[in-house]
Amino acid sequence: MKESCIITSYCSVSDNKLILDGKLLFESTTGDFSEFASRLYKHSGISYPKFHKMDNLCKLGFMTTEFLLKNKDVTVRYAGEEIGTILMNSSSSLDTDRNHQKSINSRDDYFPSPSVFVYTLPNVVIGEICIRHKIYGEGNFFIAEKFNPRFMFDYVSQLLDNDLVKCCIAGWVEVNGSNYGSVLYLIEKTGKTESGIANFEPAEIEKIYNGK
Amino acid sequence: MEQLVQKLKEEIITALNLSEMNPESIDENAPLFVDGLGLDSIDALELTVLLEKKYGLKIKTSEEGKKVLFSVNSMADFIRENNRG
Repeated sequence: MKESCIITSYCSVSDNKLILDGKLLFESTTGDFSEFASRLYKHSGISYPKFHKMDNLCKLGFMTTEFLLKNKDVTVRYAGEEIGTILMNSSSSLDTDRNHQKSINSRDDYFPSPSVFVYTLPNVVIGEICIRHKIYGEGNFFIAEKFNPRFMFDYVSQLLDNDLVKCCIAGWVEVNGSNYGSVLYLIEKTGKTESGIANFEPAEIEKIYNGK
Repeated sequence: MEQLVQKLKEEIITALNLSEMNPESIDENAPLFVDGLGLDSIDALELTVLLEKKYGLKIKTSEEGKKVLFSVNSMADFIRENNRG
């Protein structure tokens, strides 16, 4: 990287827990992801009716970002065009693809749902995040067998180095049946190491992903 | 409240995942789109599927769609007129 960049915050959601910058912020002891997501939404205190229409992948990415950006003034300090959103997972939108498939399995009961169909692409989660926070910078969703910190570092670095963005939301958002998990982090070209969580480096990204 | 209108409100809430609403909070005369419930184009398609799936009724043209999907009451009228409700 030409200029040092900092991971200024990170947020993870898995096992019915939300952790922000290493601190447990919300936990729900019972229920599946849908129930957990509803409780997390209520806990967040926001009013955004569209949340209830999203598929589980979007709900996960949306809520993780909601907490990641809370009280950070990111959308005040940067123009919408200066913020990127680069995500990755291994199951793409398979979880919703299956729901859609169920609705078209039978020729006698063939009623595909338009509101399910619109979520049969993984990058829709980026759209939902960008609509909510008025983000207009580079957005890309990659599919890989497992989280690849080196790839994510290289991709986001070239965006920052080439001044395509000044700030980036990046990380992993995965939903496949009952398995779900997200780890998103915020990278900024602040140049002040003391203000952040860690330097933006592949090893640090990996540590955050592994919850260390 | 008439049974069909009440049933339609419940079906709309389920079909459109309007989790923060209940049948009493929906004005059956209010426009469903833009004002009123603030529904969008995907919701319009979902309501079209609802009429076909639950009542066996097809909306044939976009003009008819605008009229039928104006409000809960206009949807109920459409169902009654076609004697399937």
